[in-house]
Amino acid sequence: MRLTCPLCGDRDRREFYYMGHATYLDRPAADAPAEAWDAYLHLRENPCGPTHDLWQHEAGCGAWLRVTRDTATHEITAVELAR
Amino acid sequence: MRFNLLEIVRQGLSGNAGWQPHWRAPDPKPEYDVVIVGGGGHGLATAYYLAKEHGITNVAVLEKGYLGGGNVGRNTTIVRANYGLPGNSEFYSHSLKLWEGLEQDLNYNAMMSQRGVYNLYHSDGQRDAYARRGNQMISQGDDAQLLDRAAVRRHLPCLDHDNARFPVLGALYHPRGGTARHDAVAWGFARGADQRGVDLIQNCEVTGIDIDGGRVRGVQTSRGAIRARKVALVTAGRSSQTAAMAGLRLPIESHVLQAFVTEGLKPLIDSVVTFGMGHFYISQSDKGGLVFGGDLDFYASYAARGNLPMAEHVMEAGMALMPMIGQAKVLRSWGGIMDMTPDGSPIIDKTDIGGLYLDCGWCYGGFKAVPGSGFSLAHLIATDTHHAPAARFRLDRFATGALIDEEATGSQHNLH
Repeated sequence: MRLTCPLCGDRDRREFYYMGHATYLDRPAADAPAEAWDAYLHLRENPCGPTHDLWQHEAGCGAWLRVTRDTATHEITAVELAR
Repeated sequence: MRFNLLEIVRQGLSGNAGWQPHWRAPDPKPEYDVVIVGGGGHGLATAYYLAKEHGITNVAVLEKGYLGGGNVGRNTTIVRANYGLPGNSEFYSHSLKLWEGLEQDLNYNAMMSQRGVYNLYHSDGQRDAYARRGNQMISQGDDAQLLDRAAVRRHLPCLDHDNARFPVLGALYHPRGGTARHDAVAWGFARGADQRGVDLIQNCEVTGIDIDGGRVRGVQTSRGAIRARKVALVTAGRSSQTAAMAGLRLPIESHVLQAFVTEGLKPLIDSVVTFGMGHFYISQSDKGGLVFGGDLDFYASYAARGNLPMAEHVMEAGMALMPMIGQAKVLRSWGGIMDMTPDGSPIIDKTDIGGLYLDCGWCYGGFKAVPGSGFSLAHLIATDTHHAPAARFRLDRFATGALIDEEATGSQHNLH
C-alpha cells in the first residue's frame, strides 16, 4: 500500500501513522455532553467499502491527511491535507 | 450416530459406506424462539449451549456463507487462559475449562492438545511483569510456572537463546494452554446443536432486522422473512453492518490481522511460543506446518488480506527469535477481519432493543473464547441476566469508563 502525500509525493505505507475514521476531525466542544464525547471517541461507522480516514505522514512532513480509501479493496482514490 | 471405536470398526468393515452427514440442511421455518445471526464458532456454540443448558431448541442459526467459513476456520488455533484483568480473567478461565471437556461433551474429535504455552521474557522488567501475571493466573485457579533460562533452553532448543539484543532469559509457562483443530470445533458444535434440534441454515444472508415497539420481531433474509422472539448478532468482523440494520452504531472498527503457514516439516515445536520483544508467536500444526502470526496491519479493512510491511515485520521477528525458520518456505498467508473494540476486550450484552443481543468485539482473540462465549451468550439469551464470568463485557463500558484494557494502552481504536 502506498499513499501520495500532497506535500511529499508517492510514499510507502510504512511512513504513515493510521489514526482512524476521519470523524476524528469533528471534535466536540470541550463542554459538550458525555454522550457526544463517547460517540466521538468510541462509536464508529466502520464501513465496508469507500471511507475517509485520517493518516499522519509521521516519517515525512508530519502533515495530517484525509484519505479516501476503499476498505474492501485497499484502493486509495484521494489524499488531501486534513483541515 | 455417535462416534466411538465400535462404530469405526463397523464402518471400516463395511467400506465406510454408512457414515451420515453431520447435520441436516433444513429449510427455514416461519418462526423461531431464537435466531442467531452468524454460523461461526461463537454462533454455533451459542446454539449448542442454548439447547443443552437451557432446553431452548426452537433455534435457527443463519449463515450467509457456509458454517465455520469465517475466522473460526482461519486462525492460529491457540487456546489459553493467561489474562490478568478482572473480566477477562474469569471469562477465559471458564472458557478453558469448557475446552478441557469439549470433545467428550460434543462426542467429536476437536484435536484439543494442551501442549503448553511459553511466553518468553527477555529483560528483568519483563520477568517481573510475567511473575505478576503468573500469580494472577494462579489466583484465578489456573496454572502458571515461571521458568528460568536453563529450563526454556531445555524445552525449546530451536530458539536463538543468546541473541545479543533479545536474549531469552526465561518464560511464563502455561501448561494447560495449547491448540485445537479450528474447523473441527465449528463442526462439533454444529453437529451437537443439530442433534438437539437446532436448524442450521446456510447460504441465508440476513438483510434486515424487524423491530416494532422497541422489540425485535424477526429478520429479513435472502430466503424470506423469519419471525423470532429473540435475535442474537454474532457476526465478528461484520458486526458493524449487522448492527446497523437495527440502527445501532457499535464501538468497533474492523481491522486486518495476518497469519502465515509454512510447508510441512518434521516435529520441531511441541508447544506454543510467543516472542516477548516483537509481535511473533508460533506453533506447529499436526500436519507439520509452522503456524505463526503477529500484529494487526493497523488500518480499517475488510479486504481479508494484508500488506507486505506487516508480513515483513512478522518474518523479521521470527528470524530474530529462531533463525532456523528462514529455511522453511511460507506456503500460504491470509488476513482475517478483526472486530476491534477501543479497549481490546469483547462485548456480550443486551441492547436497548428488546430481545436483541450482541456478541462481538473479539478482536484478535476469539478462537479460545468460542465455548465460553457461546455458554455466556446462551445464558444471557435464556435468562436475560449476565453470566457471571462474562458480566463485565458490557456494551456501555466505554461510556461509563468501566474499561477492560488488558494491554493498558488506552481506550482508542488504533491502540490495540
